[in-house]
Amino acid sequence: MLLATRGLGKRYARGRVAVDALQDVGVDIEEGAFVTVTGPSGSGKTTLLLTLAGLLRPSAGEIHFRGEPVQELSDAAWAAFRRKHLGFVMQNFSLVPYLTALENVMLPMTLAGTPSAEREPRARVLLDRVELGDRMEHLPRELSAGQQQRVAIARALANNPALILADEPTGNLDPALADDVLALLKKLNEEDGTAILMVTHSPRAAEVGTARIHLEAGRIVSGNGTA
Amino acid sequence: MKLAHVTWKELKHRRASLVSGLIAITLGIAVIVGIRAVTRASEYAVTVQLDSLGANVLVLPQGASVDEYHTADIDAPTFPEEYVETMVTSGLLGVENISPKLTRRTEVNGTSIVLTGVLPDSEVAKKPVWLMEGLVDGDGGGHVCKGRHGAAADPRLKRNIIEELDPGECLVGSAAAKRLGLEVGSVVTVKTAELEVIAINDPTGTVDDDRLFMHLHAMQDLLGIGKQLSVIEVMGCCSAISDGLLSKLRNILPDTRVTSISQIVSTQIETNRLMDRLSWGVLFIVLLVGGLSIGNYMWANVNQRRREIGIMRMLGAKRSSILGVLLAKALVLGVVGGLIGYGLGTIVVVGFGPDILGIEVEALPVWLGLSVLLATVVAVLGSLLPAWLASRFDPSANMQEV
Repeated sequence: MLLATRGLGKRYARGRVAVDALQDVGVDIEEGAFVTVTGPSGSGKTTLLLTLAGLLRPSAGEIHFRGEPVQELSDAAWAAFRRKHLGFVMQNFSLVPYLTALENVMLPMTLAGTPSAEREPRARVLLDRVELGDRMEHLPRELSAGQQQRVAIARALANNPALILADEPTGNLDPALADDVLALLKKLNEEDGTAILMVTHSPRAAEVGTARIHLEAGRIVSGNGTA
Repeated sequence: MKLAHVTWKELKHRRASLVSGLIAITLGIAVIVGIRAVTRASEYAVTVQLDSLGANVLVLPQGASVDEYHTADIDAPTFPEEYVETMVTSGLLGVENISPKLTRRTEVNGTSIVLTGVLPDSEVAKKPVWLMEGLVDGDGGGHVCKGRHGAAADPRLKRNIIEELDPGECLVGSAAAKRLGLEVGSVVTVKTAELEVIAINDPTGTVDDDRLFMHLHAMQDLLGIGKQLSVIEVMGCCSAISDGLLSKLRNILPDTRVTSISQIVSTQIETNRLMDRLSWGVLFIVLLVGGLSIGNYMWANVNQRRREIGIMRMLGAKRSSILGVLLAKALVLGVVGGLIGYGLGTIVVVGFGPDILGIEVEALPVWLGLSVLLATVVAVLGSLLPAWLASRFDPSANMQEV
């Protein structure tokens, strides 16, 4: 099992009111799986993703990565965990605006300490893979939305992660571009065996996955990540 | 690609922000350098004014009184001129200038006048600044007050007329010239010597107005009293006087009476102390304001970069990496802003100082390095808190903003 949670909970304090964004969530994500997380707004989808990434601390429960508990890791250890095992694809692309496509893809490798001689060749290969070989020196603002998301996908693959966390990756794209991005994610998942956990509003996007989790009011109402 | 590259790209990308940051730092440093240069020039100007008060230490013959120094009685005691050499070679710290004199009252054209023998170079140098070397043909080897080096080279301070005083020439005080009916070019007979008047001194309101000045050695020969002096006027550095210059002089010249002109000394000490406090006070205020301005800019810059900081945290950047990227920018801005600020501040005060302030302001080369150091330290310190806070931004909050 790549990633599993048991009894995962996240409670926010909003003023004097406590809000349970996640309650007793148990998911199992196999190596190479493509799991989609659906649910209405405010159901806890993004909170789940951020908690699995160590960007939010769970209030209850356990997170196991390849059998090892990780929920108690320090901030620095979580950062190292993200560098080594996770890739991210976000709704608004999250590209550094003053770095070129090539530099954006090299950034995770720089942060991970990949030998400098290996960074650029690998980034070029990845950009070629997402069909942006002719846009490497372009800044994000010089790229279309679909191209920016493909740069983000190439960046997510930079450190050869075990799991890509995708938060509404097609949310800002028109349907045609959305289909392209989904097809690309599916292809990478199948070719590389990289597991993907994708949060989405779109039923159409949810169909791409091999397994589905549906959340409502912070609780899983169907699925657990296994097919 | 290295993280320094990220800093560099950000600097290039946000040019407007870069320019405004550089302006903040440059102006801060320019003001500091400008005020420092003006303060130094003011201190110098005040020093010149104080020096114009004349000698502040008198070395008199044992048993002589200050009254005798002023009245120059015919039988007033004297001491050997070689005492001057003794002082010069003693290596005393804080002696800025030595001026040996011989004074005797005599009659010229039936009028009683005080005749004063001076060594021209030393007389020139004594009142304005140090130039102890002038005493012995530029090779005296004396010591100067800290911070006054080079002042003697200032042409404003030279009295060329006295420098050119030959044994057959004399200078006449304004009152004496009136009483004797002398003018420039006149020849006046003093005992057996005929002296050409080469200048009439402007009124000074001192005993000098009633004197006739001639070359010391010519006067000694004329009076036939050998190599003798009535007084050695000493321009002592006021801090050195506080540190016991008088007793040191007494040790070197035990057969003399060493006395200070207390009013001059106390004025010099008090004024120097005031200028020093003023200088540090102004520097502190400017540093505080400049530092806050730079810190404010860095704070705004960090807030502007919250999004990309969130992205970097999401990608697994260590807090130290975030801190490094932000502080590297402060470092670059500090170095560049320090250099430009020094140049700007120097150009403004040196170029416009004489017109606006009425004083000559000189560049302070040592402040080039200090400016860069100061700007860098202030920029880094000003960035430290916002950068540290930025490294602790909740990345999930930043990502949800994304």
